[in-house]
Amino acid sequence: MGIRRRDFLKGAGLAAATLGLPRLARGTDTASIYDLERFGNARILHITDTHAQLNPVYFREPSVNIGIGEMAGRPPHLVGRAFLERFGIRPDSADAYAFTCFEFEKSAGRFGKLGGFAHLKTLVDRLRADVGERRSLLVDGGDLWQGTGLANAMQGRDMVEVANLLGIEAMTGHWEFTYGEQALRDNLERFKGEFLAQNVFLTEEAAFNDAPAFDKATGRVFKPSVIKEIGSHRVAIIGQAFPYVPIAHPKKFTPDWTFGIREEELQKHVDALRGTDKVDAVILLSHNGMDVDLKLASRVTGIDVILGGHTHDAVPQPIAVKNAGGTTLVTNAGSNGKFLAVLDLAIDKGKVSDVHYHLLPVYSELLKPDPAMAELIGRLRAPHVTDWSAKIATPDRLLYRRGNFSGPMDELICTALRTELDAEIALSPGFRWGVTALSGQALTMEDVLAETAITYPETYVQEMTGAQIKDVLEDVCDNLFNADPYYQQGGDMVRAGGLSYTCTPDAAIGSRISELRLGNGKALNASHRYKIAGWASVNDQRGAPVWDVVGKYLRSGRMLQERLGSGVMLKGVDGNPGIAGQG
Amino acid sequence: MTTTPKPHPTRRLILQGAASVALLGLGNLPFAAPARAAANDKYPEEAFKQKSEADAIKALYGKTAEPSDKVKLDAPEIAENGGVVPISVTTTLDKVTSISFFVAENPFALAASYKIPDGTIPAVANRLKMARTTRLTAIVEADGKLYSATKEVKVTVGGCGG
Repeated sequence: MGIRRRDFLKGAGLAAATLGLPRLARGTDTASIYDLERFGNARILHITDTHAQLNPVYFREPSVNIGIGEMAGRPPHLVGRAFLERFGIRPDSADAYAFTCFEFEKSAGRFGKLGGFAHLKTLVDRLRADVGERRSLLVDGGDLWQGTGLANAMQGRDMVEVANLLGIEAMTGHWEFTYGEQALRDNLERFKGEFLAQNVFLTEEAAFNDAPAFDKATGRVFKPSVIKEIGSHRVAIIGQAFPYVPIAHPKKFTPDWTFGIREEELQKHVDALRGTDKVDAVILLSHNGMDVDLKLASRVTGIDVILGGHTHDAVPQPIAVKNAGGTTLVTNAGSNGKFLAVLDLAIDKGKVSDVHYHLLPVYSELLKPDPAMAELIGRLRAPHVTDWSAKIATPDRLLYRRGNFSGPMDELICTALRTELDAEIALSPGFRWGVTALSGQALTMEDVLAETAITYPETYVQEMTGAQIKDVLEDVCDNLFNADPYYQQGGDMVRAGGLSYTCTPDAAIGSRISELRLGNGKALNASHRYKIAGWASVNDQRGAPVWDVVGKYLRSGRMLQERLGSGVMLKGVDGNPGIAGQG
Repeated sequence: MTTTPKPHPTRRLILQGAASVALLGLGNLPFAAPARAAANDKYPEEAFKQKSEADAIKALYGKTAEPSDKVKLDAPEIAENGGVVPISVTTTLDKVTSISFFVAENPFALAASYKIPDGTIPAVANRLKMARTTRLTAIVEADGKLYSATKEVKVTVGGCGG
């Protein structure tokens, strides 16, 4: 650990992650980066979008995360060096490795994997012990139950056990909903914390038919908020589930429920918590995505802090947003278990007077795994370990997914789909979960599942005209780059294999995608029909699960013969600090 | 449409929430209810035939509307199902005599028009079919003047990221 310890120390003293105050990291033990100065009288710990990654992972942050219009050049739309400069992080530090794509491969060898629930448990317990009994709260922003083969096979039950041992007291959801109502409710029976969602309502039909709801008067399916006593103060946590579940996923999983941002209902609820319940602080535990949260913070009053997720943005400092009632802080706490956010509040009667915030990378090599959690993880994984741990291929390059347009992992999936299903073009969803594999690191079925494990994995082959293909690209691109964040769903561009195109992110819908060409360079013909392969369709499909298709392709040993370059040309975004020029 | 055979909490709830006027567009037949409501007036046949929003407003009212924050239009930012998009309007304006909805990108822009009888709370809810992403306009006629609110409703093919 000698060399590695020095590496961590170099990065530890940087002034980055708090509002105003430098992170205090002194002493000989490198893990002292987790010694936070005492501040305030209430500590809220926040994790989000862990995507069920029980063990530590490599996860490369994006090198392309473009902000358009008002969002251009503003967090979270900064990558690489621009990100490091904005937050004062030294390029050779461990934090540079955790928060950005900067020299990722080189740093991965120095600093190792991040996250893992046994390591996280150690850190959570320590930070809770630091402030004493009943002075802290642990909340999860959703996407806790999905992202691995194990979570998919167990419909998230594994993660409920893990959440209970970790001590999660409140959560909201997104992919949790894709197990369907019954599995969701069964899991919530076992969950010791509260599942909160102010923005999920019965449809009128379901209300008419007396479907179960937390509150029949409002039609709210779940409890919207919980009031927790921390020290002598009352803190309200409101849940905000992902607003577009029935649009982003097959509607069949949530036929009785309707979602949305529900700004007005939220405002009413905040007002009631302030006016009637006389709470001292209001926190929104949100799965909106950061751009949506920033807009919401400018319009809804009375929220002290929005603890955000969904867009997987690891943002070291809260963004302060002014609104008619004062200021709301907006955070986003990264993904895949890499980070633990620590929000220290100084609460007076009826108001938050000051805040310290730290987004702590969970460096697995600096934290001793908690034995009880390690034992639980081992027990949960045991039934599948043998099946899923056989090496099926060894890539000769870095494979990552995250990025607005493409990444080598999805290029590989697209190549597998095109080859195995004999299609000219492959389309693969722009998910932001899915871990990174280093060059030379053997891939197992468990790795393949970590990129593909969803409840609607069926592949399809269908014909589409060139015009239809363009329409699909335009539609998804608008979800990413619409100038109004409320019309964005989060997530990245659909990945295209065997197809190249030019994208002008700041154009209007219908004009962003141009110069579509097949892999052989021939221009796409608007009326010609092409054979398309894909997966994760919101419509019912019947093909083999995508992980079998990718697994079969990898076992054939052909995977890396093909060139894995991105087929997207960008226009009109020169100089945008959301592009680091590498992928 | 609003007669409830026996007290039923859920049913009452829907009725309260959906529309306080005597019309309830629960079905996907937005034209039927206004026709009945306007039984004493002439059915606005010409207005329903107009393709563009501007022409439909002109045919229905013969004048233009001014945007007003007293007209509260509620509609989803992104439709969960473009075939049945729930929308509603309430207003704090006095002397409301009619409320109308226009879907700019539909083949015929005027979707529904409600006469509001004197003394009725001006609140209307309906579900509209939207072929594609469109501007939705609600017009409230009050004291002889027109007031409007608009909202973009996105109709998308779906699919996710996060």
